[in-house]
Amino acid sequence: MREHGYDKSALLEILHMAHELYGYFDKNLLNYISSRLNLPPSHVYGVASFYNLFKFRRPGEHVISACMGTACYVKGVEEIVSAIEREFNIKRGGSSPDGRISLFITRCIGACAMAPNITIDGEVIGRATKEAVLERIRKVLGGGVVEAR
Amino acid sequence: MKPDDILRVAEREAEKQRAYKSRINVCCSSGCLPFGALQVLKAFESAIKEYGLEGECKVSRTGCIGTCSVGPVALIEPGGFLYQNITPENAKEIVKRHIISGEPVKELLYANEAFFKKQYRLVLRNAGRIDPLRIEEYIMVGGYSALIKCLTKMTPKEVIDEVIASGLRGRGGAGFPTGQKWNFVAREKATPKYVIANLDEGDPGVFANRTLAEADPHAIIEGMTIAAYAVGAEKGYIYVRAEYPLAVQTLREALKQAKSMNLVGENILETQFNFDIELRMGAGAFVAGEETGILASIEGRRATPRPRPPYPATSGLWGKPTLIQNVETLANVPLIILNGGNWFAKIGTPKCTGTKCFSLTGKVNNPGLIEVPMGITLREIVFEIGGGVPAGRKFKAVLVGGPSGGCLPESALDLPIDYESLTKAGAIMGSGGIVVIDDESCMVDTAWFFTDFCVDESCGKCVPCRVGLLKMRNILERIMRGEGRLEDLDLLQELGEYVRDVSLCGLGQTAPNPILTTLRYFRDEYIAHIVDKKCPAGKCFRLEAEI
Repeated sequence: MREHGYDKSALLEILHMAHELYGYFDKNLLNYISSRLNLPPSHVYGVASFYNLFKFRRPGEHVISACMGTACYVKGVEEIVSAIEREFNIKRGGSSPDGRISLFITRCIGACAMAPNITIDGEVIGRATKEAVLERIRKVLGGGVVEAR
Repeated sequence: MKPDDILRVAEREAEKQRAYKSRINVCCSSGCLPFGALQVLKAFESAIKEYGLEGECKVSRTGCIGTCSVGPVALIEPGGFLYQNITPENAKEIVKRHIISGEPVKELLYANEAFFKKQYRLVLRNAGRIDPLRIEEYIMVGGYSALIKCLTKMTPKEVIDEVIASGLRGRGGAGFPTGQKWNFVAREKATPKYVIANLDEGDPGVFANRTLAEADPHAIIEGMTIAAYAVGAEKGYIYVRAEYPLAVQTLREALKQAKSMNLVGENILETQFNFDIELRMGAGAFVAGEETGILASIEGRRATPRPRPPYPATSGLWGKPTLIQNVETLANVPLIILNGGNWFAKIGTPKCTGTKCFSLTGKVNNPGLIEVPMGITLREIVFEIGGGVPAGRKFKAVLVGGPSGGCLPESALDLPIDYESLTKAGAIMGSGGIVVIDDESCMVDTAWFFTDFCVDESCGKCVPCRVGLLKMRNILERIMRGEGRLEDLDLLQELGEYVRDVSLCGLGQTAPNPILTTLRYFRDEYIAHIVDKKCPAGKCFRLEAEI
C-alpha cells in the first residue's frame, strides 16, 4: 500500500497484491485494507467481490481448474467436470470434504486451439479426455483415499 | 535518445542479425507454453551449443505464429520452414538435419499451406518473427520510425488526418471511426487528457488481443504514443486482464525498455512531448471491457458502466477527456503513419478498411490465430483457412463475436466480414472470436451457455440486463427440461428485443444475440425440444432420460 501512496484509486492493484500474497481474502484482510486506505469496508468488499478472479475461501491442497470458455464448452468440457464432481465428491467452486482438492471453473485460459483444457496444480492438460483427467487427479492425490459418495 | 540514435540501434541490430546464417524462432506464446515450448526452446539451444553453431544459428523466443493446434511450433529462417508438434527429442533432430545438413525434416513440417494462403498479416506482421522481449529487434524491423516521423515531421492535426484518410475503425467491436474519435478528444480543452489501451479480452474463446500483446508489445506502445501525440494526452494506461500473466509480463518488460530508450516518458526523443504509460490489471470482469466500465475499474471501483453521454472523449477518467482504443486498433496506427492512410484504405472493403484478427476455434480442423482482410467471407475462413469441420461430422453453425455474438447457419456463410453485414445477420464483430459448431452441439444448449455467461457477468446495475437475461435463461432451462411451451418462443423473442433495446451498455445490448439468432436460424431445434420433446443433438440429457 505504501508503494501506491495509500491512493484510493489503486485499490484494485492493492487487492491483486494481497490476493497474490495470501491466496484468498478473509474478513480481517479486507478490513485491514479498508482501514489503511480510509475506505468504507463495504466499498472494499464490494470491489473485491465484483471481480471473478478473487477467492474468498481457502483453496484445497490441490487445485483443479476447468476452462469453461466457449471452445472448451463446445468440445465437451462439461462432461469432464461432471465426472470429476462425481468421482471426488466435490462441487464446482468448492473443495472436497477432506480439503485435499478444489475444483474451480475458470473463464477462458486462452489455449482454445487445444480445447478442452483442464489445469491441475498449474499444469495444463490439453485435448483432455475424461479418462486422462481422472487418472491424473488420482495420481496427484497419490492414491490417497478420497471419501466416496 | 534522439531520432538518429534510434536509427543507429536499428543498424547495429541488423548487422548483428546478418552475422547469423539461420534463425530458429520458437513460439513461446500462451498457446504453446502449456505444451512444452520452453523445453523445446532449451533443447534447441543446447543442440546448437553441442554442435558448436552459436555463431551461425540464432535461437530466439518469439510470439505466436498462428498454428496453435499443432504446438509447440518453430519457424526456421531463411525459407520460412514451419515445424509442428516439436518435442525436445526431435528438436535435436531438426538441428542436425536442417541446420547442419541443410535438409528440412519433411515429416515434421507443417504441410497445410491453405491456412496461410488467404491471410493478410498486418497487425500480426511481427508475430513469430521477432523476439518480443527485445526492443532492438522491433526497431530493426522499422519499429518506432512512425513515432519519429510523427514527432519530427507531422503536426497532431496531420496525424489525425492521416488516420481519418485510412478509414480505420475501432477493432474492439463497435467499429467507430478511429480518426473521428481522436478528433473529439483533440478538440477538448480540459487537461490532463488520457489514453487507454483496452486489453480486457473477456470473451471466452477469444485470444487475438492477448496474442498480439505477447508477440509484439511495442506495436501497441508505439500506436498508443502516436495517439497520445495526436490528441494531446500526457498519461496512458494499458488495461490488461490478470488472467493473461504472460501478456502482463511481456508488456511490463516492453514498457521498461521503451522508457529506457526514451520512447515513452518525459521529453520523448528530446522533443517537448511527454507521455507516460502505466499498466493496470483487471480481475476477471467481462463488463470491464466496456468503455465506461474500464474507466471505473482503472479508478479502482466496481466496473459498472454508466450512461453515455457524456462520452469518455469529453468526460472519461476522473472526469477528463479520455481516448479509449482497443490494442488491435492501436497496432494498426504505426503502419498507417508510415505507409499513408490511402495505402491502408485500399485493403479490405471501401467502408471497412484494413484487416481483422480472429481466433478460430471449435470444431474445425485448423484452429488458431488468423488475420484476414475485411470483406472475406465466413465460408473462406471456416472451410479454406480452417479446413472445415473434422471428418465424420457436419457443419452446423458458426458463432461470431464471442458470448454476445450470434450463431450463423450455413446460409449466412457467404456474408462478407464487415461491421454492417455481421450486425445485419444478427452477430457482431466483437473482439474477433469465431467458434465453429458441428452437429454434436445443441443450439438451445449453446444459447443457454452464452446466456448463462452473460447472467453471471452482468454487473446488475440496470434492470433489463439483470432481470431480463435471468428470465430468458430460466425459460431456456424449462425448454431443455422438456417443459417448454410454444408461446415461450415468442416470449423469448420479445424479451430479447427488449433487453437489446433498453440496456445501458454494450453487454446488455448484445447479450440476447445468441438467443435471437438461434431463434431466427435454428427455430426447428427449439420446436423439436418443445413439441417432440427431443434434443436433435442428444445433448439435453435430462430430457432424453424422460422419453
